[in-house]
Amino acid sequence: MAATLPSSPYPEKKKMERASPLGDPPGRRRVWPWADTAFSLLAHGAAWVTLLLLAAIIASLVIGAMPAIREFGLGFLVSTEWDPVQLKFGGLVMIYGTLMTSFIALLIAVPVSFGIAIFLTELSPAWLKRPLGVAIELLAAVPSIVYGMWGLLVFGPILATYVQLPLQGAFGDVPVLGALFSGPPVGIGILSAGIILAIMIIPFIAAVMRDVFETTPALLKESAYGLGATTWEVVSKVVLPYTKTGVVGATMLGLGRALGETMAVTFVIGNFNQLDSLSLFQAANSITSALANEFAEASEGLHQAALIYLGLVLFFITFVVLSLSKVLLSQLRRGEGAGT
Amino acid sequence: MSAFTHMDARRTALHRKRKVINAISLTLALAAMAFGLFWLSWILIETIRLGVGGLAVTVFTESTPPPLAETGGLANAIVGSLMMVSLATALGTPIGVMAGVYLAEYGKRTWLGTVTGFINDILLSAPSIVIGLFIYSVVVATTKTFSGYAGVLALALIVIPVVVRTTENMLSLIPNALREAAYALGTPKWKVIAAVTLKAARAGVITGILLALARIAGETAPLLFTALSNQFFTADLGEPMASLPVTIFKFAMSPYQNWQELAWAGVFLITMSVLALNILARVLFRNKY
Amino acid sequence: MNLFRRATLAAAATLFVSGAFAQDVTGAGASFPAPVYAKWADAYNKATGARINYQSVGSGAGIRQIRGKTVDFGATDAPLTDADLVKDGMIQFPTVIGGVVPVVNIKGIAPGQMKMTGQVLGDIYLGKITKWNDPALVALNPGVPLPDVAIAPVRRADGSGTTFLFTNYLSKVNAEWKAKVGEGTAVNWPVGAGGKGNEGVSAFTMRLPNAIGYVEYAYAKQNKMSYVLMRNKDGNFVKPDDVAFKEAAAGADWQKSFFQVLTDQPGKNSWPITGATFILMHKLQDKPATATNVLKFFDWAYANGDKMADDLDYVPLPPAVKDMVRKQWADNLKDAAGKPIALK
Repeated sequence: MAATLPSSPYPEKKKMERASPLGDPPGRRRVWPWADTAFSLLAHGAAWVTLLLLAAIIASLVIGAMPAIREFGLGFLVSTEWDPVQLKFGGLVMIYGTLMTSFIALLIAVPVSFGIAIFLTELSPAWLKRPLGVAIELLAAVPSIVYGMWGLLVFGPILATYVQLPLQGAFGDVPVLGALFSGPPVGIGILSAGIILAIMIIPFIAAVMRDVFETTPALLKESAYGLGATTWEVVSKVVLPYTKTGVVGATMLGLGRALGETMAVTFVIGNFNQLDSLSLFQAANSITSALANEFAEASEGLHQAALIYLGLVLFFITFVVLSLSKVLLSQLRRGEGAGT
Repeated sequence: MSAFTHMDARRTALHRKRKVINAISLTLALAAMAFGLFWLSWILIETIRLGVGGLAVTVFTESTPPPLAETGGLANAIVGSLMMVSLATALGTPIGVMAGVYLAEYGKRTWLGTVTGFINDILLSAPSIVIGLFIYSVVVATTKTFSGYAGVLALALIVIPVVVRTTENMLSLIPNALREAAYALGTPKWKVIAAVTLKAARAGVITGILLALARIAGETAPLLFTALSNQFFTADLGEPMASLPVTIFKFAMSPYQNWQELAWAGVFLITMSVLALNILARVLFRNKY
Repeated sequence: MNLFRRATLAAAATLFVSGAFAQDVTGAGASFPAPVYAKWADAYNKATGARINYQSVGSGAGIRQIRGKTVDFGATDAPLTDADLVKDGMIQFPTVIGGVVPVVNIKGIAPGQMKMTGQVLGDIYLGKITKWNDPALVALNPGVPLPDVAIAPVRRADGSGTTFLFTNYLSKVNAEWKAKVGEGTAVNWPVGAGGKGNEGVSAFTMRLPNAIGYVEYAYAKQNKMSYVLMRNKDGNFVKPDDVAFKEAAAGADWQKSFFQVLTDQPGKNSWPITGATFILMHKLQDKPATATNVLKFFDWAYANGDKMADDLDYVPLPPAVKDMVRKQWADNLKDAAGKPIALK
């Protein structure tokens, strides 16, 4: 069978036994043959649980919102009236507030998180990586209510004096921009809420982006370096395409947090149920802060149903945003011939 | 030199441009890091400054006081939070990890996989107050009492989507070569996933669990309608239970000095515990080479 | 995995920590009286060992909880009408009285220096009076240096009994307010930035120059805010304090019904924005033992809690009203067999 091997330094080593090519099945049976089925069942089961949980939540939301849906229908989405006494409700103000604050938050947070992730993976010296990474994750450990209080008592006044007033001074008379910056400079409003949201979601997005960047095989990166690419080129042309899904996933995580954040936004958005101007500095309202502020005291009936309807709308907004991102991802993948 | 000397000037110019772009981008990355650290230090300094002042042994040994009392602490809130957060994480993590495993390993092209992944992302942005209301109508209204169990369920519902998303992300990034090597050695599928793929993605999965834990440690809204709160000490999950975030919320919004000090002490405790847990988990689960 | 397994086992073990503690009595509702209820519960616990756990979740939520029987008693600042009480099969009784105070932040104006009427206050919050040196305000405050600047109104973002009292008063004294906005724990405010909780309103008011807001009296006193003198029904400008609240409460006709909103009451020194806060209980009690515990607590609070309420800037009820309440308990609260709930 085997040719004689050269004398081995380990003479006690047993000779390998080989099964004959045509006969004898392998002697040992696999341990725990049911383990595969069990594990697969667990995994499938967990997926079903997640699916059913969401279905249950949506069902309970729809049931709760029924009175309002029957009363207002789709007009709810474009009406700005919110009158708990006369029971006329419309969610446009809250929807606008939620979308604008999340948009501002993402606008600030995604580039910053991206920069932080690049710094942590490519630029920082090895001894600094762990402490800095932990430091950024510490931002995630701060309870959201602290952001709200800090935003109201510390950040708001500073924003008012150092940002809003100068901006109003500079652009107050410019036709379009002036409208964007009008409003009483008290440090509350959509801009404040957006900035605070951005600071809140940075650690989430950055942590996941960093982990995702670190999974890029060193081989790919070193090949690029070997061809003379600069660090930035490696990041933008090798790491980023490789970790595309992960980056979009991280952004989704952050966006989810921003859309659903209650406490921090409630303190600084000003809860103003009118949409007189598009100003960033005007007090406004978001879906979550309307829920947090008014649900506890809302009388059963139309007020409560209108609030639950708002919650349903938020789910729908998330659905739309997610679909758009899936479409974006599949376009990107198709662009590089990945198939499927 | 070579026959391409006429391209030397262009090559040098291109090289310089690339270097400049590189320098700019990396400086921006550095600036982003500094930006993040700036906010962090500011908030942390405020938290520490206001929180440490209120810390004393009594914070851990006495329950929440009435307003303007001389003594008092956060013992009931601390114990309540510990119990509810740990149970919610223990409940939500296995479900989340297994669902993530399903999405990455079993369900890549099935309808269940696509729908679950999509729906999980929607659940991810559910405002926590909606989750609280859902558990209220399902658990509290039927059992006719607020309880720690309802609070645990609400928090678990927040943990699951975060863990599912990060687990699926990280598992998807593990190169197939690793899996195929394991299969080639005759490893059954469950062992490939459990002993090879999950292990390789360990760091990312842990990050996901920690992110979820950090989030629920500070969540107020879902507990308001489920576990309510309790002025007195209780370790019975069948009763309304105090928790740090709800207590902080209540105390910080009051005009009473002793309550406000306790609120900041509570904030300090939550932040420091999550940090400590973070560090501990990283140390325990680091890749040992 | 070993550590993971150990961790799950430890977590599962906490499930079995039994409740060796006595069953609490749970109540939920208005945030306005929450500090005094907490104080009473703490003292009662020290005196008798019984645990009364009251949580402030808002009047609306309190009503909802007691209707759903998820708590043993509910608390509300806005009283239910007698018709609603009959429909729900509940009783309500007052516990303490407090006041809502308008506060301002104008440079150069000291606490108690400024005078206002309900009409003017309503007009400010309607957006009709926009400047501090409006003729209506100047007429009320001769000699006071009112600046020529815009008023920045601040109000509550969240629903609350404080808002209910404030809007109820404005509806009584300002016809246009009643027509346009009305009263409630949450209304459609024409103007004003919304702060969350009394804390939010006071933060905005203290930070915004030329602001006006309204807060619970305890809050204005604790934060030493600049309060405003209001003209009451008798035509006098009154300072807000517990004497003024007491006098407003004295005018209420508790004999007729406990549904009393104490805004705009007659009385020489009565404060116009006063209100009581109420407890709700079912007439038919499924758990008589728990009901007894609730009644014992409030009986004890009526007997021993006056000083504590005073310290926290609430006004205790007059003794006559307390007796009326006790009689109401004896007459109305019954268990499933029809026996009245014992107080001992």
